[in-house]
Amino acid sequence: MLVLRAPDLSATRTIAAAVAGLCRAGDMIVLAGEMGAGKTAFAGGFGRALGVTEPITSPTFTLVHSYDAPHLTLHHADLYRLERTAEVADLALGELAEFDGVVLIEWGDVIAGSLGDHLEIALRPDPEGDEGAREIEITGFGPQWAKRWDRLSAAVEEYRC
Amino acid sequence: MSTFVRTAHAGQRSSVGPDTLVLGIETSCDETAAALVLGGTEVISSVVSSQIDLHADFGGVVPEIASRAHLESLNPVVARAIVEAGVDESRIDAVAATVGPGLIGALLVGVSAAKAFALAWQVPFVGVNHLEAHLYSAFLEDPTLEFPLVVLLVSGGHTMLIEMQDHGRYRLLGRTIDDAAGEAFDKVARFLDLGYPGGPAIDAAALNGDPEAIRFPRAMMDDSYDFSFSGLKTAVVNHVRKNPDVSSADVAASFQAAVVDVLVTKARRAAVAVGAKGLVLGGGVAANSLLREEILGACATDQIRGFLPSRQMCTDNAAMIAAAGWYRLGTDGPSGLDTGAYPNLRLPLIDPDAWARS
Repeated sequence: MLVLRAPDLSATRTIAAAVAGLCRAGDMIVLAGEMGAGKTAFAGGFGRALGVTEPITSPTFTLVHSYDAPHLTLHHADLYRLERTAEVADLALGELAEFDGVVLIEWGDVIAGSLGDHLEIALRPDPEGDEGAREIEITGFGPQWAKRWDRLSAAVEEYRC
Repeated sequence: MSTFVRTAHAGQRSSVGPDTLVLGIETSCDETAAALVLGGTEVISSVVSSQIDLHADFGGVVPEIASRAHLESLNPVVARAIVEAGVDESRIDAVAATVGPGLIGALLVGVSAAKAFALAWQVPFVGVNHLEAHLYSAFLEDPTLEFPLVVLLVSGGHTMLIEMQDHGRYRLLGRTIDDAAGEAFDKVARFLDLGYPGGPAIDAAALNGDPEAIRFPRAMMDDSYDFSFSGLKTAVVNHVRKNPDVSSADVAASFQAAVVDVLVTKARRAAVAVGAKGLVLGGGVAANSLLREEILGACATDQIRGFLPSRQMCTDNAAMIAAAGWYRLGTDGPSGLDTGAYPNLRLPLIDPDAWARS
């Protein structure tokens, strides 16, 4: 597990870009954190780093937004309004990842147990920092992320606690 | 992704006129709706099976329930729209349905049903873009609106400022870069425990609060026409956490004032900049009482025409689908029966890259 401190929103975006730089088709990234924790800023930095030019807007109402990036498709899902795992199954997130997709799942910690290899990113306000400061905890699950762990650690080195 | 492209062949083009009766079907989110509209502007019947009661327990729209509910209520809703219109189904000249954007499962219920009706009745089917249909809702209540118009479309899923130069000719002036205004209303209402749906809950709570109690941030009040509401939502959360005894009514009123301030300032500036003959509100947030009051006040000061659709026409309904379908049938002809559902459909723009360049 990596524990990082992002002193401001732009640092959160930079960390997101570093994670995006290591992503490839088939990856699932879970974003966890309360409202206002910085999931939107993270998603924005993540999408931009993948080469998405339009803004990454909240999929809370529409549930899944898809964006064509140069090498893959970014699927941005939001499970905020879903109550049961059966409803999540309807979104077919695994299938989206299979077809050249990276899937970013907000409020996804409720289903993390049913996912295979994935990266979990927990964001929370940093009690010791300014208003924009965040504590970001990155946990890898499965061999796919174990193989990339050293590179991921190096990419976010300057933000480690 | 957004691959819904019409194939307009001269031979396919249907002639539409003032006597053309279109059945519209809408199932893109939490409303199952059907309507009959004559000549693109005259609403003969409009039925909306509101599912709000069904969802209240869940604090939001629950898609699985929504899909199943659409399936269960679609036939009764269509039947009622036909009965209320007092016409025989043989009188219907075309069937229009929302093909996107929206929830895939919910959209497919409406699209499949519309195609089946069209096939059974031997009339054209026309797929409709839900966002374009919102632009047409104003024409249902006032067909005399003149172009160019600036439309402020504000709902749970969208916040857009659009220049409508003519039928089918749209320019995107600005949009939200993060959360939609309606989503901010819902999330703040849920955070404050005010209930669902969040828009009316904030509207009601704000009546008892002081809109100047807390100075919440107004984001992006620069030259741009883009919006950002994510930071405002975070500011509300931070303020309440730091001041646990704050009055919810004051928070609701101050939050609402911040949202409306940004929406009205930008819409007004856009209307002046493009020389609009009118400013039109659309989308569910257009039902907000403060927004309605402020938009009308701004239009009166600037001496342009302000148009506020009725609450029924602001929120999702099928009359606007039938109206947009009537126009599209005339310009592009029918859609193929192989048309699917397009969850991420974008509004068709005359210069789709202009916004990205700005």
